[in-house]
Amino acid sequence: MNKNTERLYNGLVKENPTFVLMLGMCPTLAVTTSAINGIGMGLSTTVVLVLSNMLISMLRKIIPDSVRMPAFIVVVASFVTMVQFLLEGFVPSLYDSLGIYIPLIVVNCIILGRAESYASKNPVVPSIFDGIGMGLGFTVGLTAIGIVREIVGSGKVFDIQILPDSYEPITIFILAPGAFFVLAALTALQNKVKKKAAAKGDPIAEKIGCGSGCATCGKKESCGGGMFIDVRPEPKKAVKNEKE
Amino acid sequence: MNENYNISSSPHIRAKVTSGNIMLMVVIALLPATIFGIYNFRHENAWLLVVVTTVSAVLAEYIYERLMHKPITIKDCSALVTGLLLALNLPPTLPLWMGVLGSVFAIIVVKQLFGGLGQNFMNPALGARCFLLISFTGRMTYFVYDGVTGATPLAELKAGETVNTMNMLLGNIRGTIGETSVLAIMLGAMFLLLLGVIDLRIPGTYIVTFVIFITIFGGHGFDPQYITAHLCGGGLMLGAWFMATDYVTSPITKRGQIVYGICLGLLTGLFRLFGGSAEGVSYAIIISNLLVPLIEKVTLPKPFGKGGEK
Repeated sequence: MNKNTERLYNGLVKENPTFVLMLGMCPTLAVTTSAINGIGMGLSTTVVLVLSNMLISMLRKIIPDSVRMPAFIVVVASFVTMVQFLLEGFVPSLYDSLGIYIPLIVVNCIILGRAESYASKNPVVPSIFDGIGMGLGFTVGLTAIGIVREIVGSGKVFDIQILPDSYEPITIFILAPGAFFVLAALTALQNKVKKKAAAKGDPIAEKIGCGSGCATCGKKESCGGGMFIDVRPEPKKAVKNEKE
Repeated sequence: MNENYNISSSPHIRAKVTSGNIMLMVVIALLPATIFGIYNFRHENAWLLVVVTTVSAVLAEYIYERLMHKPITIKDCSALVTGLLLALNLPPTLPLWMGVLGSVFAIIVVKQLFGGLGQNFMNPALGARCFLLISFTGRMTYFVYDGVTGATPLAELKAGETVNTMNMLLGNIRGTIGETSVLAIMLGAMFLLLLGVIDLRIPGTYIVTFVIFITIFGGHGFDPQYITAHLCGGGLMLGAWFMATDYVTSPITKRGQIVYGICLGLLTGLFRLFGGSAEGVSYAIIISNLLVPLIEKVTLPKPFGKGGEK
């Protein structure tokens, strides 16, 4: 697989920030009351992520190691401010419903995490693709949660009534506890799907994420940061684990 | 769940008590309240809701354990107790499918996902009641008695009206299916107390703390009529005797049980007097359930022979 498409695949499926890395949980739980909010939040984060990954990757040889965190924050905050003004100007309704969570993109773990573990160590083009992959992965996660919560909690998708009027919405799903229920259920579902694919020897099993962050990993020299060490379990073992 | 669990070193007391026996006794103790509730709300077909909710709780447990290839534990009656308690906590006019949804939520989300009986961190029946209360607030607070819709006595009390305490004692009032008759609940509670299934520690401290709280903050001073109305109204009695005493979600240490009872009393008083709605027993019990691990940690008894503090 080409390195750039590998980055996309990595962000969307293998290291999906919402369901696998469990990063950026605050916006994930707070804004996904409807599908449109999920998409809006996901795409805003994607834009910031791609631009900040690009700029940080360009500046990676200039930024001194000891002050890299403040430098990253400055870069990210500038882009977030731009996105915030654009949203306020062109989609005020989305801006109102996302509220405080737009400025909070600055401290989103995904953005700082990708800057730290990928963009600051890799060339510009793969960094951009890493940003796109991670951002789309986040968008897909948020939209999926938003769709489920909106259907169950108000009988609609994207504000279009799809369930009959006789359906009584289970309001708890568009309140805070519902976010946890849906996140947990969808994470369990994708684990189940991936486990099945892994047991069948699907390509997903070829490279399994090493599970630890690259920042603390001793082997990052050999894998190049963001790459994976093949720690595929024996297929037999995977089947056995499933039954346990 | 009849296997043996060793929780400490010997000596052990041998007894023939099993989870199944205890749960069966709780079911028997709940019968007076259930039968009275079904009779009291006969025009609303309360029996159907009770049967459907209870059966679906047992079925949910069976189907989940079947699908997950786990040992089937419906014989220990704990799902039966959960389903029955949930039904007693529902208003008689609730649509049947909401009862089923509540049962499924209680058994699968609150109980089984955390590891089944003994592992659940909050009372499944109350967890489901609060789930339904938040989801269908209108339906869950729609009370009818004898064909007449209106507020529960507790809500009337909060609004400053006078209530008939005698009716509240007997149970000829609006409310959820099982909470109205204090007499029927006490009958069951006496049965459990005499058999030693529960003791006075949790319900006793709960009720005493609540009475003290009401006396101080209720604005009526020590007014026996007001206090009796608060004690007989809402789910306080059902909660104190049957749900706060749940073995899994209450502290096992004796001092801890007293702390737990005080927490319950304070929270219930707080919710009833200063909260938005008239009732607060189920939230008080759930929040106290969450405090149980902490309470147990600070009230751990010292093993015999360990000596004093150093």
